[in-house]
Amino acid sequence: MIAVLALSIVGMVWSLCAAAFADDAPFRIHAYVILGASILSSIACIGILGDGGPKGRADRYSDDVIRAGVYASLFWGVVGMLVGVVIACQLAWPTLFYFPGEGWLNFGRLRPVHTSGVVFAFGGNVLLATSFYVVQRTCRARMFGGIAPWFVFWGYQLFIVLAASGYVMGVTQGKEYAEPEWYTDLWLTIVWVMYLVVFLGTIWKRKEPHIYVANWFYLAFIVTIAVLHITNNLAVPIGPFSSKSYDVFAGVQDALTQWWYGHNAVGFFLTAAFLAIMYYFVPKRAERPIYSYRLSIVHFWALIFIYIWAGPHHLHYTALPQWAQTLGMTFSIMLWMPSWGGMINGLMTLSGAWDKLRTDPVLRMLFAAIGFYGMATFEGPVMSIREVNALSHYTDWTIGHVHSGALGWVGFISFGAIYCMVPWLWKKQRMYSNALIEWHFWIATLGILLYIAAMWVSGIQEGLMWREYTPQGFLAHTFVETVAAKHVEYVVRMVGGLLYLSGVLIMIFNVWRTIRGDAPAAVEPDKLAYPANAVAAE
Amino acid sequence: MKLSHGIFERHSLILLIGIVIVVSIGGLVEIAPLFFIENTIEKVEGMRPYTPLELAGRDIYIREGCYLCHSQMIRPLKDEVERYGHYSLAAESMYDHPFQWGSKRLGPDLARVGGKYSDSWHKDHLINPRSVVPESIMPPYAFMAERPLDDHNIAAKMKALQVEGVPYTDEMIANAREDLAAQADPTADGRKLKAHYGDKVIRRDFDGNPDKVTEYDALIAYLQMLGTLVDFGKYHPERGDNNR
Repeated sequence: MIAVLALSIVGMVWSLCAAAFADDAPFRIHAYVILGASILSSIACIGILGDGGPKGRADRYSDDVIRAGVYASLFWGVVGMLVGVVIACQLAWPTLFYFPGEGWLNFGRLRPVHTSGVVFAFGGNVLLATSFYVVQRTCRARMFGGIAPWFVFWGYQLFIVLAASGYVMGVTQGKEYAEPEWYTDLWLTIVWVMYLVVFLGTIWKRKEPHIYVANWFYLAFIVTIAVLHITNNLAVPIGPFSSKSYDVFAGVQDALTQWWYGHNAVGFFLTAAFLAIMYYFVPKRAERPIYSYRLSIVHFWALIFIYIWAGPHHLHYTALPQWAQTLGMTFSIMLWMPSWGGMINGLMTLSGAWDKLRTDPVLRMLFAAIGFYGMATFEGPVMSIREVNALSHYTDWTIGHVHSGALGWVGFISFGAIYCMVPWLWKKQRMYSNALIEWHFWIATLGILLYIAAMWVSGIQEGLMWREYTPQGFLAHTFVETVAAKHVEYVVRMVGGLLYLSGVLIMIFNVWRTIRGDAPAAVEPDKLAYPANAVAAE
Repeated sequence: MKLSHGIFERHSLILLIGIVIVVSIGGLVEIAPLFFIENTIEKVEGMRPYTPLELAGRDIYIREGCYLCHSQMIRPLKDEVERYGHYSLAAESMYDHPFQWGSKRLGPDLARVGGKYSDSWHKDHLINPRSVVPESIMPPYAFMAERPLDDHNIAAKMKALQVEGVPYTDEMIANAREDLAAQADPTADGRKLKAHYGDKVIRRDFDGNPDKVTEYDALIAYLQMLGTLVDFGKYHPERGDNNR
């Protein structure tokens, strides 16, 4: 508490100086944002101290921060996906959705808002919330560090605000998925180290002798993301009060560092961490044990070992030396095995509970997520083969592949976890409406199918058109002909995205009604309730 | 199996150390050698650091997120070489902090766009892409057509790059703003600029507006030099270390 207060005061002093001496306008705006955040957190700290220190019973799990994480996930999910729909519209109807006078609404500024918004803001908050939930339950221990989990939560929101507002002002390092500038990166580093401390501390307090599988995955995610983030963002700022910095690496070394980072942001943020969700929520929801403990062990170590090598497949046929490309391709193909090992472990956990897929749409959502995971992790190794990549690279096929993983796997496993957690956290027997979950499931599934089918068609089409020759031996198409040919697919993609977003809005309505008290309260407040039972009881 | 794995499940620090070791191996084996193996970057003639005006243009390119739709990496595939020009070399981005190879072509590759179009084509295209390419889906950049280039920190930028190993001399940094102005004004004295960056530096009033140096001047200066530095007459892809 005192440490947070001290940090807030340091933040106030620093941001006042930064605002006064700022070298450029975006930096000054960010200094004011940090100033505001420091003032708010100081007031909060003083208020709590004045009340006689933080309340919260030591014999209960700290669930308030998890509830906040659920709200934040839903909020950023809508923001990130809405921006996605907007930029999809821009590509489909460039004359309608661009505003020549407003640079901040251009595709190049909004695209990072979409990618960071869905990956780091939506996904990140889901991971914060679920990891706090899972680590407490599986360790039978309250969160470590008193107010520290709240610091991690709000610190992370500040990071998101700084990053996203920076993008629209043109503050970017120019590296995909690592766009935030040096000071935002430094702030995230502080928050992330605190996250590691809080998570490890809770494990240290555990009353169970064993550390549960899901926590291995969360731990690997937190540690590896720290290493990736720090290495890939090493930069020299041009001044202490400037928003501009230059990445320390250049050219080919920078390219491999970036894709080592980029691919493992997928591997550890979007895969390992969401697998942790799978390892807790699927068995819990199905009321069945994990299919094979031994497979979990093999899955875990093989996955984290092999994923790290796969980055160079983003750089096939580039100026990266061929030995590195070949190594990346080899490990990417090997990666298929642990990925499917994990998929089998997740799917087979339903043995003996297959009938629940019919009655419980939440379990079906979790199940479909694992299905999409299996599909995306098969498609990935195929695309990493150099000859396939010659066709797929630089095309919409990559975008389709990413979205089958992001919408299908990450999105569905997150929604499933939220549908599980909301009744558990707010002490309800079940969600307000099972029918609305059904609607969400089917609308979102339709959206995903439209999205990825459109991108397969447009990606393979443009890849083939780029390399098509006339009988006389000339290139058959100008570049812009290949762009014009994709219009219909871009419209379909936009519709798919819009459907997916609508599903999230349905979920938010359902969550709101549940929390408001339109779902029956749990009979015994601390006993977990399952909709499957509730349905049977009705 | 279970016996030997139990140690990771009971001791969080051992688990943590195990994770760190396992995830470090791949990165170390793949990335570290790139800094030591000599033939990672080809030996070519003609590479030089960006002039101050080009550097300012490159920063605008990054600011607007151009790399999200335009690659700067021509692969050694028949159709790409015929469409865009000689495949890209590692040497051509050796001073690029960060690299701008890109990952997606919503628009064409720009690695060798330099000299392909006139300055006024670029200006028209940036103001409204559909005025010159009707089917284009590129955003319009009219908002910065008349915006004066903010070059007050150009020397600080070059200084930071110098720290990172880009061969800017102290003299180049001291003359940064002067060189910048000289490149956008063909009537100024350009001898210092050419002494610093070579005779091939393009000096023009890129945006056709002689009254001021705008962001367009910088951006077009950058676009017009892309991929033009290396002397391919003296580069032999099959020779020795270049054949990798």
